[in-house]
Amino acid sequence: MTITEELIREHNLSDEEYGRIKEILGREPNLVELGIFSAMWSEHCSYKSSRIHLKRFPTTGPRVIQGPGENAGVVDIGDGLAVAFKMESHNHPSFIEPYQGAATGVGGILRDVFTMGARPMASLNSLRFGRLDAPRMKHLVDGVVRGIAGYGNCIGIPTLGGETTFHRGYDGNILVNVMNVGLVNSDRIFLGRAEGAGNPVVYVGSKTGRDGIHGATMASEEFAADEASQKRPTVQVGDPFTEKLLMEACLELFQTDAVVGIQDMGAAGLTSSSFEMAGRAGSGVELDLSKVPVRETGMTPYEIMLSESQERMLLVARRDRLAEVLAIFHKWELDAVEIGTVTDSGRVVLFFDGKIVADLPAAPLSDRAPCYDRPRAALAPPSAPFRWQSEAEPADYADCLKRLLASPNVAEKSWIWTQYDHMVQSNTVQRPGGDAAVLRVKGTKKGIAMKSDVNPFFCAFDPYRGGAIAVAEAARSIAATGARPLAITDCLNFGNPEKPEVMAQFEAAVRGIADACRALEVPVVSGNVSLYNETDGRAIPPTPTVGMVGLMEDVSRHVRVAFRRSGDLVAVLGETRDELGASEFLRTVRGRDEGPCPEVDLDAEKRLVDLLATLAERSLVASAHDVSDGGLAVALAESAMQGGLGATLSLEPGVRMSAFLFGESTGRAIVSFPPEHEAAVRALAKEKGVPFTAAGWVGGERLTISAGSRVVIDEPGAELAALWRGAFARALESADVL
Amino acid sequence: MKFGIVVFPGSNCDEDCHHVATQLLGCEAEYIWHHDTDLKGSDAVILPGGFAYGDYLRAGALARFSPVMESVASFAKKGGPVLGICNGFQVLLEAGLLPGAMQINRGLRYVCKDVSLKVENDATPFTSLYPKGSVVTMPIGHMEGNYTAPPDVLDTLERDGRVVFRYCERDGRVTDAANPNGAARGIAGICSREGNVVGLMPHPDRCAEKLLGNDQGLQMFASAVAAMAAR
Repeated sequence: MTITEELIREHNLSDEEYGRIKEILGREPNLVELGIFSAMWSEHCSYKSSRIHLKRFPTTGPRVIQGPGENAGVVDIGDGLAVAFKMESHNHPSFIEPYQGAATGVGGILRDVFTMGARPMASLNSLRFGRLDAPRMKHLVDGVVRGIAGYGNCIGIPTLGGETTFHRGYDGNILVNVMNVGLVNSDRIFLGRAEGAGNPVVYVGSKTGRDGIHGATMASEEFAADEASQKRPTVQVGDPFTEKLLMEACLELFQTDAVVGIQDMGAAGLTSSSFEMAGRAGSGVELDLSKVPVRETGMTPYEIMLSESQERMLLVARRDRLAEVLAIFHKWELDAVEIGTVTDSGRVVLFFDGKIVADLPAAPLSDRAPCYDRPRAALAPPSAPFRWQSEAEPADYADCLKRLLASPNVAEKSWIWTQYDHMVQSNTVQRPGGDAAVLRVKGTKKGIAMKSDVNPFFCAFDPYRGGAIAVAEAARSIAATGARPLAITDCLNFGNPEKPEVMAQFEAAVRGIADACRALEVPVVSGNVSLYNETDGRAIPPTPTVGMVGLMEDVSRHVRVAFRRSGDLVAVLGETRDELGASEFLRTVRGRDEGPCPEVDLDAEKRLVDLLATLAERSLVASAHDVSDGGLAVALAESAMQGGLGATLSLEPGVRMSAFLFGESTGRAIVSFPPEHEAAVRALAKEKGVPFTAAGWVGGERLTISAGSRVVIDEPGAELAALWRGAFARALESADVL
Repeated sequence: MKFGIVVFPGSNCDEDCHHVATQLLGCEAEYIWHHDTDLKGSDAVILPGGFAYGDYLRAGALARFSPVMESVASFAKKGGPVLGICNGFQVLLEAGLLPGAMQINRGLRYVCKDVSLKVENDATPFTSLYPKGSVVTMPIGHMEGNYTAPPDVLDTLERDGRVVFRYCERDGRVTDAANPNGAARGIAGICSREGNVVGLMPHPDRCAEKLLGNDQGLQMFASAVAAMAAR
């Protein structure tokens, strides 16, 4: 078949890229080869628009065992153990078919983690939806949640919540980011490398079908209106039961020394796994595609190489141990077939029915993949200060608080997380709904805290600060539970990188994350980029999701959000500035989607993180809660509602009342502690250089907040709690599509 | 004292049960692969939670054909204590070792949360350490926990005191609001006529340690240890 201009277009390759292919090969590619280049050089696989900027991230540190570039990052936690983790997006498929899109997103991230030799411990997800009354939106919310639940529950990996926000900016492109953290012995980490000429290349897991062909290319394009439904054949179908078998078989296999390297077949399936494994090792492979287990007859080499059928792995075994490898997979009733061998030719050679169907150099497909420094527009100035300075203050602050507690972004999300099995594996110390999820590590005293975070509303007005705040807020949440931040993974969701204004957002957000990571000393160990999140030319708000993992040495000292005892004292840590821009208050109460993004002081954040972790380590505090969406009033209400206790608080605002109650100044937390610990908490805050403001005490049945001499909020705690707990389900279930 | 823990393809609470038996109670425990027919000298057998065979077709419907189930049935027939937790309960129903069947929860969604349970039978080998009539808190996590049986079967279960656990309010009142899945008469767990086979939807294995916020489930396993010691 001759390669026509039309075929090149269909494969999403530019003329320049096609020219580069011919230069690498010294000839025209055939169709199979064109498909392989197209998948490997898609934005999704090659990071061609983002790579140049991702170099900014700090990726090393004393605890980092494996940084970016492998299936997942790995960080040492002591005792001979390490955590492997990564976050990935499944945005485009989830918008097309929410159940399978989200489910296979979970399946993919689990494979990335257990490929490293780690047993997946827990998942989180970061979900962004449009307005609940936007077309298809309730269907999408329902389908995504069911899909995540359906896969995670069945395979038996707890889903410990995450975050969910709603905004018109996601009406046409929802975001589904899933993160998994696994536990691995630090001396038994497996990598995706095809080493040792003569070793067998083994295909394991599900058979290859025609599903998901061109998934990676699809995820690298924009949608046009109504197009989403026509793309359904590119979405894969998940089978969590097979993945469970695959996971157990792989983990059993990792107990032996029979494996040389292993990689999951994720985006671009057999293509990316074979080329990347050979590329990383500087070796080559020969594969006989006629040996690949297929679901239907008549599949072509092109389809076999580009299928994204789920639950498949490619591994290289030691030649003398092949029988042992096959026996383990057969015990778990899985296909396991030797489909080729490792060579030292540096080439990937594909056979089908005895004929060579592709013969390509391995390394150049990755090394010489296009890398663009795409043009960037000057960023809009971090928006003019909002005119609220001149606006009248609300008449009824209690009413404002209630409207915030009932807004989908602030309301309790148990409707979502009760559908997730968040307890299987019996390690869950803090269930969903806290600042961060906390797990114990069996056989040690240690605990792992995990959190996904970003405030896209901040990023919309200032992507640099928004990126930095995402890291800071995740660290604050992790520290509030008593853990110290270890490292992050990320999932950078943006619009079309070919638009200079989108590229400018991307570059700024990456810079913000990188600066915050340096300041807080948390390296980036893995990540994912999702671009082209646009429909009809409208891009999503910049959404650089950060997934952070923290460590506590003594998990029995973990701290919750909930107030615990009547009579405990409450204090605010950090400084409240005169800021209301980009706040939930402004959007929900004022109906105004305006900036500016709050300021961030990374040194102050670092001091606060250290203070919160130390307070927990010394068992000085009874509760701790990061102040974020909805501001101080919402944070206080959440600690009270979760504890089933009231509180009486009296503070000097120092700033405009609405900013004091509902502004989202960064770098703050609220803590409660027994009166006898007050001196120690104050002294420690002073030592660490964090402003400490006594706020009142826990007790009674009402939440009473006074500012100066004026009582501004005085409501029965139970009523607020009922509102907060019920609002989300009411908003959703009023719909007839559920 | 040795627990045998059956592992079907798709079981996922097998390790949780093993942890409780060995780490928290200091007992022996051994996994029994579903192809095995040897129960390896187990004093009590646990069918753990999970999604045996993916729960494809119907929860427990395929697992009942696993070779191990014949051994479990004859062990039960001889009076051996058998505990089915969640998916294990569903398998016991499908295998006919306990009467009734499961439907999808009335909310049509998977539910994972704490529930209150009234202990109505303290004479089984798995409940002897709970005071009869006491209220305990345990988590549930299932899609198909809506227990059902013909009215005469339900009447027989009630009359013979074979309802072991019933969903209730924290104060012990049995109400519809406290029923998380629509189970007939709020039934959360039942036992065989002889009392040695017990199945329940809640997860005692997930609430056996203070560190995880609740250790009320430990008594189910400890009851079995006490029952064995008394034999």
